[in-house]
Amino acid sequence: MAATSIYAPRETAAVSVGADEVAVEIARQAKRRGDTVRLIRNGSWGATWLEPLVEVVVDDKRIAYGNVEAADVPGMFDAGLLGGGDHARRLGPIMEVPYLINQDRWTFWRCGLIDPLSMDDFSAHQGFKAFEKAVEMGPQAVIEALKTSGLRGRGGAGFPAGIKWQTVADAESEQKYIAVNADEGDSGTFSDRILMEGDPLGLIEGMMLAGYAVGANRGYIYLRSEYPLTRSILTRAIASARESGWLGHDIRGSGFDFDIELHIGAGSYVCGEETAMLESLEGKPGIVRYKPPLPAIEGLFGKPTVVNNVVTIASVANIVNLGGDKYASYGINRSTGTLAFQLAGNVKRGGLVEKAFGITVRELIDDWGGGTASGRPVKAVQVGGPLGAYLSADQLDTPLDYEAFTEIGAMIGHGGIVVFDDTVNMAHQARFAMEFCAIESCGKCTPCRIGSTRGVEVIDRMIAGVERDKNYDLLVELCATMEDASLCAMGGMTPYPVRSVLKYFAEDFASAQGAGQ
Amino acid sequence: MAAKNYDKAAATEIIATFDARPEMLVQILHAFLDRFGWISGDAIRQLAEELNLSRADVHGVVSYYHDFRTDPPGRHVIKICQAEACQAMGSRALSSHAEGSLGVEMQSGNVDVTLEPVYCLGNCACSPAVMVDGKTYGRVSKQRFDAIVAALGESV
Repeated sequence: MAATSIYAPRETAAVSVGADEVAVEIARQAKRRGDTVRLIRNGSWGATWLEPLVEVVVDDKRIAYGNVEAADVPGMFDAGLLGGGDHARRLGPIMEVPYLINQDRWTFWRCGLIDPLSMDDFSAHQGFKAFEKAVEMGPQAVIEALKTSGLRGRGGAGFPAGIKWQTVADAESEQKYIAVNADEGDSGTFSDRILMEGDPLGLIEGMMLAGYAVGANRGYIYLRSEYPLTRSILTRAIASARESGWLGHDIRGSGFDFDIELHIGAGSYVCGEETAMLESLEGKPGIVRYKPPLPAIEGLFGKPTVVNNVVTIASVANIVNLGGDKYASYGINRSTGTLAFQLAGNVKRGGLVEKAFGITVRELIDDWGGGTASGRPVKAVQVGGPLGAYLSADQLDTPLDYEAFTEIGAMIGHGGIVVFDDTVNMAHQARFAMEFCAIESCGKCTPCRIGSTRGVEVIDRMIAGVERDKNYDLLVELCATMEDASLCAMGGMTPYPVRSVLKYFAEDFASAQGAGQ
Repeated sequence: MAAKNYDKAAATEIIATFDARPEMLVQILHAFLDRFGWISGDAIRQLAEELNLSRADVHGVVSYYHDFRTDPPGRHVIKICQAEACQAMGSRALSSHAEGSLGVEMQSGNVDVTLEPVYCLGNCACSPAVMVDGKTYGRVSKQRFDAIVAALGESV
């Protein structure tokens, strides 16, 4: 009898809630019952709230079972798991799970679908097709496609990727580099991780495309140390790409050389800033550099370097395959294409939703997220990580568009959406923003290094009820100084969440714990 | 994860696997952490010597990064995420609970356990998240935290 294929994710979130134990139990039950199963450890589809999510292949259809615990597995076998049998955990065919339909899966389409470490599975799903096409098109045509797509850097800054690549391509140097920023430190974000764990070869192909387009033969991935499972998956993917001749010298007879080195960060948030990351890649403290020169001109080891986020790089393969204009047909205004939004915090159905720009925060939270996990009303939503503004409940209809967010003093950043219910005290959140900046500041510039510490003190006085109005004015002034005079976004954008609290949640200073003491 | 005695020969071997390239210092320090559990003064001296850097250079890197602890950790290292998504799901209360039940304060420890804050484990749709000896756990209620800690006790 042919083996029945069963998918059980090997992805950080799924494993963090028991996916390994579920996989072990599936193998154990199958052995005990004399069933032949082929267990595939896929990535996550992004429906994190359903993890561990197990699928069994029945008549070429993948039948999903959600929130499976190891203890459920014997009962699932009893219920005829291998035939897709009915069970309390059964969700039906994966392609009909409401959370996953109506998404615009441009970049994440292989995540969950394939075995991330199988070269065969990758090849069967368009793997390396874009690279082969690029070699036919030539480097400049790849950059033109990227410009047409309007793709902007997904790490948060939103700089047009095509212009960056053109700058590096035009720079004259014998040595150029591709440096992928996988230092995904923003709270509420995990899209880089889901991509790297679910489709690591897709990232590798994107880096090859970047290297080919700009004339770089060496790539680096700077991965945060908080992602040990990602590290092991990437390490294996790089090794198998090398073994099968997709990395190394004269790749598949194309005449193009390219190889990748994986570097691990060391717990510094500011290393997500591109120049601090370059310093860290050079083995130094992750202290930000002055700009200019831009990394595209003088980057890693002083050489022209493409620095892009994981999602940016992974989006390029389909731009080459399907055309830049196709990508540009998604989204609104100058925010073309899709973004992998990440629903996190106090939300019932957290996970990753890849959608075209233009959707509203409210649609994401209500239609996908299902409201708060606690069932209480939404009070505030932080978009874009710790440097992003807190939106009040009546700002949630703002369309997700880079410029529309800038207009309301907010930012989309890396697409993280963190929901808070009405039990949160926003004065505490403003304090945390300053505290986090004080902990993570690299210390190079004074507004960030000293301003953040002073910010905590001022907020503490406001919470304590000491000259609240006077300290309010002082805090506003401090925020302006930090924004105007900091070297990078760490000090420059910490004022965003603080100001949003002052503007929309000022009453929370009076009701904060410890207020009036 | 637990602290081990420094071994100069083993350290030399680790440095050699990185071809003693000074730009690999951050990576070498990670390999030292994996091997010894912490970065000792001896390690800093040897790294400076073998990478042809000043001790100040090496110390500067070690002290800059949160990961590079310069004191031996307890047998188990527990990190509780303190970032916003986990805050929204009660990480502050979980941290107080952990301090109480383990009898150590955040950012301190004893021979059995070191308790530390971490700012995001990338598990924000399964908040609050905790990392124990390098393994990430999600949806960690107080009860689940106690169960995870109890299981550590059995494995000691």
